[in-house]
Amino acid sequence: MKILVTVKEVATVEDEFEIEGTEIAEQYLGADLNEWDDYAIEEAVQLQEDGIADEVVTVTIGPEECEQTIRQALAKGADRAVRVWDDSLEGVDLLDVNAKTEILSAVIEEEDPDLVLSGVQAGDDSFAATGVSVAENLGFQWGAVVNHLEHDLDDGIASVRRELEGGVEELTDIELPAVLTIQTGINEPRYASLRGIRQAQKKPMDVKALADIGVDESTIETELELTDMYEPESESDATFWEGSPEETASELGDLLRDKGVAQ
Amino acid sequence: MTDVLAVADHRRGELRDVSYELITAGRQLADETGGDLHLAVISGTVDDFADKLNRDGVDAIHTVDHGEEFNHDVYTQAITQLYDEVAPQYVLTPNSVNGLDYAPAVANELDLPVVTDTIDLDNDGETLVATREMYGGKVETTNRLEGDAVVTIRGAEWPAAEGTGDAAIEAFDAEIDEDAIGSTVNGFEEVGGGDVDISEAELLVSIGRGIEEEENLDLIRDLADALGATLSSSRPIVDNGWLPKNRQVGQSGKVVTPDVYIAIGISGAVQHVAGMKGSDTIVAINTDPNAPIMDIADYAIVDDLFDVVPELIEEFEG
Repeated sequence: MKILVTVKEVATVEDEFEIEGTEIAEQYLGADLNEWDDYAIEEAVQLQEDGIADEVVTVTIGPEECEQTIRQALAKGADRAVRVWDDSLEGVDLLDVNAKTEILSAVIEEEDPDLVLSGVQAGDDSFAATGVSVAENLGFQWGAVVNHLEHDLDDGIASVRRELEGGVEELTDIELPAVLTIQTGINEPRYASLRGIRQAQKKPMDVKALADIGVDESTIETELELTDMYEPESESDATFWEGSPEETASELGDLLRDKGVAQ
Repeated sequence: MTDVLAVADHRRGELRDVSYELITAGRQLADETGGDLHLAVISGTVDDFADKLNRDGVDAIHTVDHGEEFNHDVYTQAITQLYDEVAPQYVLTPNSVNGLDYAPAVANELDLPVVTDTIDLDNDGETLVATREMYGGKVETTNRLEGDAVVTIRGAEWPAAEGTGDAAIEAFDAEIDEDAIGSTVNGFEEVGGGDVDISEAELLVSIGRGIEEEENLDLIRDLADALGATLSSSRPIVDNGWLPKNRQVGQSGKVVTPDVYIAIGISGAVQHVAGMKGSDTIVAINTDPNAPIMDIADYAIVDDLFDVVPELIEEFEG
């Protein structure tokens, strides 16, 4: 079977930063593979190692600069990558769920996978909606917030656990083809080996514009307009203990004794 | 079209708290748009749920009696049909695990934009301004949206609606296409039983990403031993397999209410805070004075845990 994994390069922000307009100033930003997608890649690669998947393909919406991140996914074992970018996407503050759905759906239709794995959410914009939206758009089945997948996939069924709130898991069978959104903790993502990193440089990466995948620019017009960005006001009324580690530890020690919870 | 259709959340026979918070958020939006607040409650003991949801501010409750538990295909079909019937401006759902399992599908089916995990909503009669967080809570953003939309709200951001309402309760006869149901829920399992119940502890020493390496956990174990405390953690520690699931505090782990909660190297993501904010006294040890955990801490030490924790151990071991 063929597995497609959606991979996003997310922006990371330093502890101290400044905001310019509706963006964080560039010097405070880094870039990384989205944490949730890392688990999705690992799950796909494990399915390949278990002989279930024949091919693992990644798909990314992003400019050329994110190819390093895509190579990370290839270094971990994905076979090839598709990257979609277009001049019309330059300068868009926030690509909304519908726009991502149109683009990813077009690639998925072309690739025709049996299973799509997608991180539950992206660490930057945190929408947590694209995977389910894509599934519905394509007429695929789906499961959101999956933290366990049985690897036999017998009779075209994915048996999964969905992580609900409060330490409860839901056991669900989902017909394939399906999109599963993958929660952290489902596996232990591997580090790319040196050999993997070398091999990744030679793996194929297709770069496609919107026209190449049959998506009209007007269909991806984003409906959500980001109008302001600011640091949340601190509501802290904590007592900050100051001094050397010895002094602050002593303050905490006194508190614990006062409360009668430690001797 | 100015009405609001809000969809209640329930599990294993119980309405979830966010359902009552949804009434407050929905009423506020309906007041701003000049419309009615409709509630939908789908599957389970819907008549019983409807009675409980009939609180101040609800205009109508639509019950869809189909199956016991949540199934996203049933929800998606029922909500899209209710949307045609009620013709609301906004479909409002919880940003819960189940909300995220159907809200994007409903939006796509209805060809509406979806905005998730909102923490504040404002409407001037035409434009919705939704407030949400980005970058793990480091910034807040406002987002404008014209026209109809599907909106999910974060739990515990709006107060729960109270009082007794006089909503019209009506059964809605949704036509559920069984052939289109592609997933089956086979049951539920509680996870994280095990040796220790952290929800019973009086003193919790809780560790997060700041511990950096698995072998550094020994330092925190030593601290817990010295204090006679119970060891717990935030999600990443459990995801890494460094501690078992029964030690996880948070939305998807355990809710704890100890006398003292010492959060060490924990930034305080909203999912974690949901599990420990009821602690009597919260102490944070963190290098970042702006970490979200500081907003709910009673006492804080802004310092390196690897410097402070050994001092604390020494103090109690003598």
